[in-house]
Amino acid sequence: MTTQADDELWSAIGDPSRRQVLDLLVSHGEVSASWLAERVPFSRQAVSKHLVVLERAGLISRRKQGREVLYQVETGRLDQATTTMTELAAQWDRRLATIKRLAETAHAEDKRRPS
Amino acid sequence: MPGLAIEREILIEAPVKVVWRTITEPDQISQWFADKVELVVEPGAHGYMEFGDQGGPVVVETVDPPTRFSFRWNHPRGEEPVPGNSMLIEFTLTPEDDERTRLRVTESGHELRAWPDAEKQRYADEHREGWGEFLDRLATLLAKR
Repeated sequence: MTTQADDELWSAIGDPSRRQVLDLLVSHGEVSASWLAERVPFSRQAVSKHLVVLERAGLISRRKQGREVLYQVETGRLDQATTTMTELAAQWDRRLATIKRLAETAHAEDKRRPS
Repeated sequence: MPGLAIEREILIEAPVKVVWRTITEPDQISQWFADKVELVVEPGAHGYMEFGDQGGPVVVETVDPPTRFSFRWNHPRGEEPVPGNSMLIEFTLTPEDDERTRLRVTESGHELRAWPDAEKQRYADEHREGWGEFLDRLATLLAKR
């Protein structure tokens, strides 16, 4: 049900600081690590670590421009993550609907034969 | 709840004790969740659930009738489900009146499975926005691009 790749994706996206980094990348397009470090409440070193994790999970990619390294979001992978979450939620909606049906049927039967 | 929790709820036209039976009795659980369920509904009890041709261990966490029930599972891995390697499923039942119950379910723990312990601790200490808000905002931002 959960693969290694999924685990890496959840791990990457589940961390609030990394979500902040991801957020900035989504809203500002291609930016450098120093640009990011100026806009988050943690160190440049921490930014670099988060970028490594995000890149390993396939959520961002990097490109060299002159002496600078620029990072950008891999939209496809991010879409995949949101789709998976949506599917998990839909799966629970189906289970809850079944629970509702079972409970309401049981309740109707209880009412027919009062104890 | 911070992080990757899936939260859903539904309104059921049945009293809370009927809903409680539906979510805790093994022969009922096998109708809405796993194909085969072996479970004693007691805190700390170890059980087993089977989905198709795969099975895995389950550990009951909270049993607080008729309002709270939770268990951990990490199907299909062979390890014991403990915080950090497993998914936590939590049910909360709220009576709306004598005939209606609001049932909420939360599934959490996906992201912790691949994290080192130090990072899990830091994560537990932080209380920021939940996954849902993040997802909503991302969807909005992505739509603008």
